[in-house]
Amino acid sequence: MAEVIAHETEHHHYEPGHEKTLWAKIARWVLTTNHKDIGTLYLWLSFIMFFVAGGMALLIRTELFMPGARFISPEFFNQMTTMHGLIMVFGVVMPALTGLANWQIPLMIGAPDMALPRLNNWSFWLLPFAFLLLISTFFLEGPAPNFGWTFYAPLSTQYGPPSTDFMIFAIHLMGLSSIMGAINIIATIINMRAPGMSYMKMPVFAWSWFITAFLLLGIMPVLAGCVTMMLTDRHFGTSFFNAAGGGDPLLFQHLFWFFGHPEVYVLILPAFGIISEILPTFSRKKIFGYRFMVYAIIVIAILSYIVWAHHMFTTGIPLASELFFMYATMIISVPTGVKVFNWTATMFKGALSFETPMLFAIGFLFMFTFGGFSGLMLAIAPADVQYQDSYFVVAHFHYVLMSGSVYAIMAAIYYWLPKWCGYMYSERLGRWHFWLTTIGMNVTFFVMHFLGLAGMPRRIPDYPLQFEDFNQVATIGAFILGFSQLIFLYNVIKTIRGKNRVKATAEVWEGHHGLEWTVPSPAPYHTFSTPPKID
Amino acid sequence: MRLINYWRWFVSVLLLAITPYALAHGESKFNLPKGVTPISQDIYNLHMTIFWICVGIGIIVFGVMIYTLIYHRKSRGVKPAQFHEHTLVEIIWAVIPFLILVAMAIPATMVLIRMNDTKEADINIKVTGYQWKWQYEYLDHGIDFFSNLSTPRDELENRSPTKGQWYLLEVDKPLVVPIHKKIRFLVTANDVVHSWWVPSLGIKRDAIPGFIYEAWARIEKPGTYRGQCAELCGVNHGFMPIVVKAVTQEEYNKWIAEQTQQKAATAQLATKTLTKDELMTLGKKVHDTNCAVCHKADGSGMPPAFPAITGSQIAIGPIAKHIDIVLNGKLGTAMQAFGKQLSDAEIAAVVTYQRNALGNSQGDMVNTQEIKVARVKETK
Repeated sequence: MAEVIAHETEHHHYEPGHEKTLWAKIARWVLTTNHKDIGTLYLWLSFIMFFVAGGMALLIRTELFMPGARFISPEFFNQMTTMHGLIMVFGVVMPALTGLANWQIPLMIGAPDMALPRLNNWSFWLLPFAFLLLISTFFLEGPAPNFGWTFYAPLSTQYGPPSTDFMIFAIHLMGLSSIMGAINIIATIINMRAPGMSYMKMPVFAWSWFITAFLLLGIMPVLAGCVTMMLTDRHFGTSFFNAAGGGDPLLFQHLFWFFGHPEVYVLILPAFGIISEILPTFSRKKIFGYRFMVYAIIVIAILSYIVWAHHMFTTGIPLASELFFMYATMIISVPTGVKVFNWTATMFKGALSFETPMLFAIGFLFMFTFGGFSGLMLAIAPADVQYQDSYFVVAHFHYVLMSGSVYAIMAAIYYWLPKWCGYMYSERLGRWHFWLTTIGMNVTFFVMHFLGLAGMPRRIPDYPLQFEDFNQVATIGAFILGFSQLIFLYNVIKTIRGKNRVKATAEVWEGHHGLEWTVPSPAPYHTFSTPPKID
Repeated sequence: MRLINYWRWFVSVLLLAITPYALAHGESKFNLPKGVTPISQDIYNLHMTIFWICVGIGIIVFGVMIYTLIYHRKSRGVKPAQFHEHTLVEIIWAVIPFLILVAMAIPATMVLIRMNDTKEADINIKVTGYQWKWQYEYLDHGIDFFSNLSTPRDELENRSPTKGQWYLLEVDKPLVVPIHKKIRFLVTANDVVHSWWVPSLGIKRDAIPGFIYEAWARIEKPGTYRGQCAELCGVNHGFMPIVVKAVTQEEYNKWIAEQTQQKAATAQLATKTLTKDELMTLGKKVHDTNCAVCHKADGSGMPPAFPAITGSQIAIGPIAKHIDIVLNGKLGTAMQAFGKQLSDAEIAAVVTYQRNALGNSQGDMVNTQEIKVARVKETK
């Protein structure tokens, strides 16, 4: 497939790891323009935020263990739900996927680096400041943002605490970072593919990010506009979202979900790409229906722009709109179904083995499909009237986000970690991590379907007595889920420090496919300075 | 890797065990309630149809996956097949789900059209969401009242050893409606977005400040139906339940007559001059119903968002300022204007109470007439 280009070190490149002073060590990371370094930074930021937002989830679940108990106050509870959501979406899943893109896209398309390395540095380094700004609201006078991650007006405008402005600027920074990251990925894929790497030869992961980047370019400016309108409503006397001044609170919801719905595809499309890399490797078989997998991603991305009002079926939008958005939402399950069928066909008649990345990919396949079913139920607008804003929705989006996006990210980390650091992770710990996570995940979120159907609204700090038993089950599951991530952290650190003593080969996996396995493990600081040859 | 098999078995057995149980209990804790209106029953039927469609597809898809996981594993010594595309198969598995969706869209569309048909209603009730209570206005009878959470504070704050059956689902004044009548609800909000959700009526309608959106119900069975606010609306979002009492037409007529009488009596009281004891008694009632959600029954508040009344600059400062903040609220904070919600007597009472109880002992008082004057001043 490709020829390894050795002697990379002959070129006069900077090589890290020899810095003498502390300043040099810091400067290496702050000033780096290397795609691998930046990928690593993104992934660590995401990992740290994962524990921060996960800790918040455990506080939420502890409060909900019993009715009436006041472990945390309702005010703090609302801050926790808000921050848990914001950080998990913007601080965990998005940076992790961008980190994977940084590491892998150049390696997978045979490029020496990202197309715009300095922009890359800046898009990362905006993020720590964005999250410092966001998290600093806990230490300011008055409450932190407390209106849910969807920050509906007017609860977040006329009624929002002063710290809301910090959240607005944090979102501006995150949006800027995402836009620049997206531009970089598009520029890299268009311009930096190795000779012979035509679009239809690109790995599905690169394709999925290519399309995701266009989604980001379309939606992030809308979110930025939306929060800017919030800012002017709060401080400069405008009334975009205030009926008393001629505005409309529903305008906020339209703008937010015009961003928000494609956003959930931003979180899942690269995950689709990851799964499409991993399943063929461990099935020892080519991906089934490559072209249709790519087409399906494109169709999903286009449809994702015209389904946003399915988040608003209960607001009273006109019948014609409800019908349009119901039909569009139902149709989106066709290309998604095509993907699931193709993945199944990829495994079918393969020779399957179950290393940790494959376990997570199979977990993804089962539970994401399960979340897809509840998504199909939610698409039925009249039935959505009962599901909307209940725990059924909470169950649904945790099945597609946690056991969807997050499972794919974990699978990707186990899959590519040996390539990144040159050592194998501990398979035993990986299996423990997978099984405990899967048990915790299902114990936590499966019962939430029942809670929602029986009428428990989301975002309440206390609940009627009939919901007690399932809430207790969910809380126990959440603690299993939360603490089993420490195994993951331990396994990753142990691997990076080479404590497993099992060196990874260049190919790593028996069923490997793709350019990234043609460079040595660990991947040298500079790869493909001379483009590889593609058959 | 046998564990995978055990786990899949466990999940399938669990699902099989739960499903019939869930189906047997119409109003179970596992499933949607069938409800008591034609719409809620339509919704229930749609819900079950799409559920069974998902179960059907799930059995096929998960079945193939599990089959593959068991029989196509490397440890069994199988050689991987080479096939990797088939256009016809791709078209088939895109078209079949599409046809299923079309079949599902037809009944869903019909129900949606029925849900939106609010014409020719017999009764019109305006529902207004407030932080954190509901106001009901019977537009045909001129009756209106607020409906507050009535769960005792002791239960909310864990001071009571047990909690009542309807913990967080009980109110001081439920919405009373007749059965077999088409009731149109006009839903709006006073401050932020709320959502009026009664599962048994098949209604969830967002209450959006400044706009009125409609929903309707025709209740077929007398009974008490409960629900909660479904849209995050601030700190007490979980504490503004909805209770709907559906009664026969005769009982409803009787109730309307009672309410009309009561309204006249309240109007009289509203202008009456009260003694200090009367003010204090009424004031405690008003405080516990309207103020205690934020400022607590003992006036300690929940700082910093909700300041204490005990020893506050408002409650021990000039009385005019105290009356003003109760009447008009404080812009930019959660303190709402109670002028439109409470009568002159009630405002006089609550101000007097807060200045002479809750650890304050100002000794002054204010009476009904002065509130009336304060209101007039404000309109000028």
